[in-house]
Amino acid sequence: MSNILPVAFDGIAYGSWLFLMSAGLTLIYGVMRILNVAHGSLYALGAYAACSFASAWLNGGLPAAGSFGMLLLAAIVVGGLVGPLLERGLLQWMYGKDEVVLVLITYAVFLIMEDVIKLVWGVDSLLLPEPYALPGNFSLGGLAYPAYNLLLIGMALVTGLALVWALYRTRQGKLLLAVIHDREMSMAMGINVSRFYLATFTVGATLAALGGALTAPTVAVTPGIGVEVIVLAFAVVVIGGLGSLGGAALGALLVGLVRSATVRYWPEAELFSIYAVMAIVLIARPKGLFAAQEARKI
Amino acid sequence: MNAVLTAEGLKKSFGAVTAAANISLAFDANTVVSLIGANGAGKTTFLNMVTGYLKPDSGRIMFDRRNIVGLSPRQITKLGVSRSFQVPQLFQTLNVRDNLLIAESIAGAKDPQAATDAALARFALEPYGHQQAGLLPEGIRKLLDVAMALSSRSKLLLLDEPTSSVSADEKFAIMDVVMGAARAAGVTVIFVEHDMDIVARFAGRVVAFYDGGIIADGTPDTVLRADSVRRYVIGDEVPHAAA
Amino acid sequence: MKALAAAAVALALLIALALLAPQWLVFMAMLALAKGVVVLGLVVLMRTGLVSFGQGLYFGIGAYAAALLSHQWHIADAAVMLLAAAAAGGLIAALLGLLLARYRDIFFAMLSLALSMILYGLLVKSAALGSTDGFNLHARTFFGMAFASGMERRVFLIAGSACAVVAALMVHRLLGRHWGRLASAVRDNELRVSYLGASPYRVVYVNYLIAGALAGFGGALAALAVGHVDPETTYWTTSGEFVFIAILGGTQSIIAPFVAAAIFEALRTIASQYAPNVWQMSLGLAMLAIIMFQPAGLWSLAERWRRSA
Repeated sequence: MSNILPVAFDGIAYGSWLFLMSAGLTLIYGVMRILNVAHGSLYALGAYAACSFASAWLNGGLPAAGSFGMLLLAAIVVGGLVGPLLERGLLQWMYGKDEVVLVLITYAVFLIMEDVIKLVWGVDSLLLPEPYALPGNFSLGGLAYPAYNLLLIGMALVTGLALVWALYRTRQGKLLLAVIHDREMSMAMGINVSRFYLATFTVGATLAALGGALTAPTVAVTPGIGVEVIVLAFAVVVIGGLGSLGGAALGALLVGLVRSATVRYWPEAELFSIYAVMAIVLIARPKGLFAAQEARKI
Repeated sequence: MNAVLTAEGLKKSFGAVTAAANISLAFDANTVVSLIGANGAGKTTFLNMVTGYLKPDSGRIMFDRRNIVGLSPRQITKLGVSRSFQVPQLFQTLNVRDNLLIAESIAGAKDPQAATDAALARFALEPYGHQQAGLLPEGIRKLLDVAMALSSRSKLLLLDEPTSSVSADEKFAIMDVVMGAARAAGVTVIFVEHDMDIVARFAGRVVAFYDGGIIADGTPDTVLRADSVRRYVIGDEVPHAAA
Repeated sequence: MKALAAAAVALALLIALALLAPQWLVFMAMLALAKGVVVLGLVVLMRTGLVSFGQGLYFGIGAYAAALLSHQWHIADAAVMLLAAAAAGGLIAALLGLLLARYRDIFFAMLSLALSMILYGLLVKSAALGSTDGFNLHARTFFGMAFASGMERRVFLIAGSACAVVAALMVHRLLGRHWGRLASAVRDNELRVSYLGASPYRVVYVNYLIAGALAGFGGALAALAVGHVDPETTYWTTSGEFVFIAILGGTQSIIAPFVAAAIFEALRTIASQYAPNVWQMSLGLAMLAIIMFQPAGLWSLAERWRRSA
């Protein structure tokens, strides 16, 4: 029994991190029908920018607690700059293409960004241990946990609640739900769909960058860190049902818990278990847990 | 009894909406029957149940003395039930010839190429043979859709609004071609139609649907004159009618 | 007949290359051929309107099947390896295809990706198979014949070429008939295919099986070239590479996958020499350019030249 607590905590922490990644991915798919492979690049960019920003802050001799602010700032800068750049500069010309072709287009962007990152930051790994070490540990049931993970869980909760509030409680959010529900109808009713696409992609990009920025202190930031993350986020989003925010939350939690349990009891099966969950969910519910109903065709 | 198709006590509802309320109908061989009714009356649902796209909640559908409820559209098609669609279902990126060639090959024609030539001629589609199906005018798409349905093994041909979204002056020409081909092939035809002039001209029997049930069944003359049909299907102002 | 003649010419050229070219070129040709075969399978699937982002699964299965023969059972015959790999790929595809043939569009792409990642996850953690490092394989004979050292690879290239040419011819004949039209029909409109009395599921299933067997074969050929296997063969970036080559060549011709694979390998060799840091960027830019300006693949350019000439 004593094992359950750490497994649950690790699972929730990992699930929180996954949710940050997949919320943006599923939102972008729901609104724009793009399964964005470049989400992994935005994650990587967020991580690299976080290293640069926080290192600059710390090297400037400023108070270490401020490095957390630098992580957030990095995410906002990356999302706010690269998001619109990609949407306006490339994706807006591609709408209406086949979904699989859109995957290929964002895959191309992903490949390009991989090298851009290498050209800007070089190929050596970057380390940013301070924000992770700073909050120290807290103990629960006689075991010590990194307090940084609480921050991660908090960020995921805040993000999730903010998204729900923005979607269901604001006028713009309700209009966006209309766009998700029926794009043609929304256009016919005079909703400026293009503006919503830009906003959605920017928010999604910022969330990806935030995921990366918050990860930067916990790992060595090296080229290719976005490669694995993107398929993980895909798995979560597909489990939840493409385009469903609630599905992403549930999928992230499910994958997080399954992973932490396997890491604990059967460490060899870590990666295997995640994709096995995805395969099992898709076999049982071919369109994910919370998929939209399909209309009659004839 | 010489019925090709018999429906017995078909029931189907979608939530609170009743699409088929205990429908029993028999269709004799070599007849042309029109199904009429307002949108949502249950005509297409009936076709969808007969072809296996929808499964009735209860009831039997006998085709060639065999209950076909529970079979898939593919299996039912193989038995000889063909259908066309309200929105033509074509292979958009292929040309007209290939569309028909695929249909004839699947149907097991001995010489698919020859069968395709015959179909092109029968439906007056020869001038369009090498045009891409996705780029054709609507009237031609409708014809091609029927031509693909009516392969060498069809015994029963179901047409879902063969003249919808076609201009008024084309409707009769299209129906002339379709019915000519059906007669030549010796198949039984059931067609859903909204244009009462077309119904009166081509159907030997008319079945009127309303709210998932049948309110009239008989010759075009009697059915199209019936008060209930004029009120609920055609939308005429009938004395004492509540809109 | 035209196809047969083209096949004979291609085979003659490949044999000449295998006998005369320097070792590095033989190595490159083997890799290109291996990838070309995998992409040929992908093209068969794409004719049905499906893109698999997980062909690395079968590529890896083929590679590991060949390597295991050598490593576990000390079977060092390349012919056995190649055939076993194709059979292993086909067998697993026959199994997984039962499930995957129900899926379409993005769900097919994602589920095939997930399945390949499951294998990847298993391989990186299995110490017996060398975990992330993989292990070496040795092939010394072909159908029992032994060769002077240095000659093996040349012989394997000839054997691989012969098999690839035969496979390409078979695919060409298959797609040129009713089956090829039926695949396009499934891509365009499954509802209509069902309502004509054919099973879209069966078409997808069979094409998936073909793609799996071809990818298994390609995996073994690549393993023979490199002399080593590792989990990278099943990773999604490997699958992405196959999709890229398929897009590069287009789906209109069965020669296109091989030409595209050769171009890809040649460019990669040059890039790794002179510009390793912008290789992926060049790939990405090329991919965008093709999707935007030449969606039918580079092959359609060649067709146009031929017609205007």
